[in-house]
Amino acid sequence: MSDRKTGDVILDIQNISLSFGGVKALTDISFDVREHEVRAIIGPNGAGKSSMLNCINGVYQPQQGSITFRGQVFKHMNSRQVAQMGVARTFQNLALFKGMSALDNIMTGRNLQMKSGLLAQAFRNPFGWGSAEREELKQREFVERIIDFLEIQAFRKTPVGQLPYGLQKRVDLGRALAMEPQVLLLDEPMAGMNVEEKQDMSRFILDVNDEFGTTIVLIEHDMGVVMDISDRVVVLDYGKKIGDGTPDEVRNNEDVIRAYLGVEH
Amino acid sequence: MFYRENGQFKSSYRADLALFPIAQDRWAMLALMAICFVAVPMLVSDYAFRAVLIPFLILSLAAIGLNILVGYCGQISLGTGAFMAVGAYAAYNLQVRIDGMPLVLSILGGGVAAMALGVVFGIPSLRIRGLYLAVATLAAQFFIDWFTNRVKWVTNDSPSGSVGVRSLEMLGYEFSTPVQKYLLCLCFVVVFGMLAKNLVRGAIGREWMAMRDMDVAAAVIGIRPVYAKLTAFAVSSFIVGVAGALWGFVHLGAWEPAAFGIEKSFQLLFMIIIGGLGSIAGCFFGAAFIVLLPLLLNYVPHWLGLPISTATASHLEHMIFGALIVFFLIVEPHGLARLWSTARQKLRLWPFPH
Amino acid sequence: MGFFLETLFGGLMVGMLYALVALGFVLIFKASGVFNFAQGAMVLFAALAMARFSEWFPQWFHFESKLLANVLGFVAAALCMVAVAWAVERFALRRLVNQEGITLLMATLGIANVLDGGGQLIFGSATYKIDIGMPKDPMLVLENVFEGGLLLNKEDLYAAVAAAALVALLTLFFQKTRTGRALRAVADDHQAAQSIGIPLGRIWVIVWSVGGLVALVAGIIWGSKLGVQYSISLVALKAFPVVILGGLTSVPGAILGGLIIGVGEKLSEIYLGPYVGGGIENWFAYVLALAVLLIRPQGLFGDKIIDRV
Repeated sequence: MSDRKTGDVILDIQNISLSFGGVKALTDISFDVREHEVRAIIGPNGAGKSSMLNCINGVYQPQQGSITFRGQVFKHMNSRQVAQMGVARTFQNLALFKGMSALDNIMTGRNLQMKSGLLAQAFRNPFGWGSAEREELKQREFVERIIDFLEIQAFRKTPVGQLPYGLQKRVDLGRALAMEPQVLLLDEPMAGMNVEEKQDMSRFILDVNDEFGTTIVLIEHDMGVVMDISDRVVVLDYGKKIGDGTPDEVRNNEDVIRAYLGVEH
Repeated sequence: MFYRENGQFKSSYRADLALFPIAQDRWAMLALMAICFVAVPMLVSDYAFRAVLIPFLILSLAAIGLNILVGYCGQISLGTGAFMAVGAYAAYNLQVRIDGMPLVLSILGGGVAAMALGVVFGIPSLRIRGLYLAVATLAAQFFIDWFTNRVKWVTNDSPSGSVGVRSLEMLGYEFSTPVQKYLLCLCFVVVFGMLAKNLVRGAIGREWMAMRDMDVAAAVIGIRPVYAKLTAFAVSSFIVGVAGALWGFVHLGAWEPAAFGIEKSFQLLFMIIIGGLGSIAGCFFGAAFIVLLPLLLNYVPHWLGLPISTATASHLEHMIFGALIVFFLIVEPHGLARLWSTARQKLRLWPFPH
Repeated sequence: MGFFLETLFGGLMVGMLYALVALGFVLIFKASGVFNFAQGAMVLFAALAMARFSEWFPQWFHFESKLLANVLGFVAAALCMVAVAWAVERFALRRLVNQEGITLLMATLGIANVLDGGGQLIFGSATYKIDIGMPKDPMLVLENVFEGGLLLNKEDLYAAVAAAALVALLTLFFQKTRTGRALRAVADDHQAAQSIGIPLGRIWVIVWSVGGLVALVAGIIWGSKLGVQYSISLVALKAFPVVILGGLTSVPGAILGGLIIGVGEKLSEIYLGPYVGGGIENWFAYVLALAVLLIRPQGLFGDKIIDRV
């Protein structure tokens, strides 16, 4: 639980409905996220949690509803716009750039900050002069701080495809952090990890929230983690919202228990 | 033992970002430059320049262009021959129609024309991907084939359909001997090679590779797919156009549209597959391979005393290329460049096994 | 009006020929997920085999009957294609299981080269004839409707009928038989199919053999019409836009795509050609495919590609 005072509503999801052909992924979902808080989205598999994040990021366009970010209302989010507004995310299936090293992957997160034109980059001659080189150095310093934070210094030059799963997840997080986000969407960041790795990851997430005040929206299956680190929880089931509140409120919610544990016959 | 990095600690990011971080690599590159610029002109025969070195250099350049598009940005293109043709014909028109046009400017102008076309034919890549894009680039290839054949203006109303450049001169200096032509091409290759290397290791290179590896995630990070893809097409076609102009002006002297047909496109694609997708050094390996193999196939049976006809040699060449493509894709999909870098890794540890 | 219809029919016939080549293509893609750039080379190889064997057998075994020569030639050529399929599976496909589409495509480029070179090495590189007794004379139809009647090519008609029969057979095969289902599973996901016990290697040999046999039929018909020469494998390149139009996985789509391209080519050549100096046929198919792709990136009948992140 974070000590930082949670602020006003920064992200407001209103009546989002999303369907693919005949399949309704999300039905009339509404909830809000307050600044600086850790908001968890939980629910059984197939509940539509990743689809929800994809709508926020502009990967999917919902058929109905709107998303309000810092007071601006959007019917459709454009991926680049969202990134520029300061929303970053990690992916359930690790959408890392397999052909590049860990360092390069995280450097791509700095892409929005890089202003050098094509010609400046081309004429960055081997002796290292010019504006492109200076910019590259500046961003490299920033990224190295993230690498220090995530403790992956030894692996920075390794192609990510060769890294073990847990480290790949950290690189994914690093790439999202490189965008200096105000809101960080984490899609099952602890999937496939053992207890120690989960503790490390939880520590990273809480550190990010504490030090930088980043709002965290977190999809997670591990109830222990969710109850421990989140301020508020949204529960989805079959594309509908069935619970919304503090971890304790949600834990005792009848509908939630039914969805997870089944009904007594 | 010799290739150790012992004692070479980088104390700044600047040092780490250098083009050749390992000192031995820097020396090797300097030596290579010395050999190329000084030793080769003194030692190599005219025939070797004409038949081997000049085509090798120009094809390496074209391969660098194609590799940027296919290897780094992942957009498969089968229309490279067409872009070379555009470069050659545009440069020709600039040279012939404008009095006193400097040679290098004509060649660069050819590159610009090819770049414009590249952007136009790159626009479909915003909607179409992968295999479908490959077929769409064939449209570029065959349309340009037809265009250069039919539209008389392109060939300056040449009656035979073929065009030629009589002499290559610039600022009063004439490039007539093979050595001079070789040095001209070498300069182009060194300059463009460096520009290309700078681009691919910089921010735009990472954008290209991000598009190649996972374009949805790239969009979420804020990379604009349109910008990334179109710049890849633009830079790639520019380099390919320049190579096309050089191919026509320096290597062929006189040419007709068939010189830039679909066989050339396939040849370049093979070059970068064998050499290594996503590697600048690989372009040189692939080009060397493609240039040397036919010569080998012609000479080896001769040395061994087995006469084979040119037709048979050409069929064998086809088969060996094909078999090698499949071989490389199975054994080392990253081509000769990866084999080379693996060898260097082993060399760093030598004489220890690991 | 009569002239227009003649051109139309001519285009339909040519389209049928393209469709024949595209069919082999779609088969292989549908059943192994491989975009077979070597299809044209396979057509050429098959045609060469047929032409040469039907020429050699009478010489080797001293007989005169044309029919026997053709039949034996067909059998020999079919066996060749099965051998090619086996070799392709053994030496290439087996080692490239579950690689990306682009890698497989480039591998087939390599295979195309091997077949081109090898075919010409074994069978020779001159132009050869295939004569299976197809009537080459044209026929006049609908003389009472149009003045002078419409001129149709009998050979083309036979080709169209053959192609139609093949299509019907193959559609039945894929939709109704157990092997057909297994083939569709393989096309979707190699590893998954393997893990449920589908014998990948055997399936691939079967698929590529069928593709090879379709290539043989296409090769015979093309060869009979144009003579067997290297340029056939380039004409077969036209099959790609056909397949794009029709969608990579649709057998009826391949036919429809072929017809559209055939008609489109002929019509544009006759009616637009004179304005631009002719030669439109060379690029019309590709530009049309490009235009269609811009509107529907998956072709007319293809499956929509959805990205999952």
